[in-house]
Amino acid sequence: MTLAKLIEQLDLKVYTGRNELTRPISGGYASDLLSDVLAHGQKDQLWVTLQIHPNIIAVAAFKELAAIVLVNGREPAAETVELARKERVSIIGTPLTAFEFVGRVYGLGIQGT
Amino acid sequence: MTKDTVFRQEFPVKGGDFSRAGEVSWEIKNLLKELGLSTPVVLRAAIASYEAELNIIMYAWEGRLVLSVTPGRVHVVVEDSGPGIEDIELAMTEGYSTATLEMRELGFGAGMGLANIKKNTDAFLITSEVGRGTRLELTFLTNGQRP
Repeated sequence: MTLAKLIEQLDLKVYTGRNELTRPISGGYASDLLSDVLAHGQKDQLWVTLQIHPNIIAVAAFKELAAIVLVNGREPAAETVELARKERVSIIGTPLTAFEFVGRVYGLGIQGT
Repeated sequence: MTKDTVFRQEFPVKGGDFSRAGEVSWEIKNLLKELGLSTPVVLRAAIASYEAELNIIMYAWEGRLVLSVTPGRVHVVVEDSGPGIEDIELAMTEGYSTATLEMRELGFGAGMGLANIKKNTDAFLITSEVGRGTRLELTFLTNGQRP
């Protein structure tokens, strides 16, 4: 599934990366610990988190993640948006909790690994 | 530095300065990419440098990363003036952390930094002196073959 398709199906908000939406999604990882994602995240995965500060962009870029998904309606900080645009990292958002969001994504056939 | 060093650059890092966290690692990533190294090597070096840079910011007073590239290898030497590590084996244990609550709330201080550094390097050396500081030597082979 592509990012665009997922955004359409789950009515997600796109903060950055409108030009990267044809990217395929290979799975997902949910964590709010940056080093945990650096250790266990994999290329082309969705990263589900509530962290909104600029350091999430380095994590997404260094792991070649497909997109960062901010849950609970959290919005990225202004510096985060700026850095994401520069590094072409997609940030999307949902009002759902992490548990709810992951459940729905799983239901669409996107699994952890 | 050996005579076949093709590139060398030093990056200072200030302890406690979270506003610039990650800047050095981005720069290292971009430099290695410009030198034409393969993406897996560039990303492994970026991740290990990021963890090392954050360790200086979180725990040390000041420090630096020294990047040098030779044919076949990328070296990153990380040195800091800081409290040092009393028990390196314990510090290497996943989940063990001395981070403050504030750092943890931002998702730092997971107790995985040193383990992540080791995992991403082809050779890893750590020495530390309590009350003085810590030194890491990270080596990445650029031919894509990991020992």
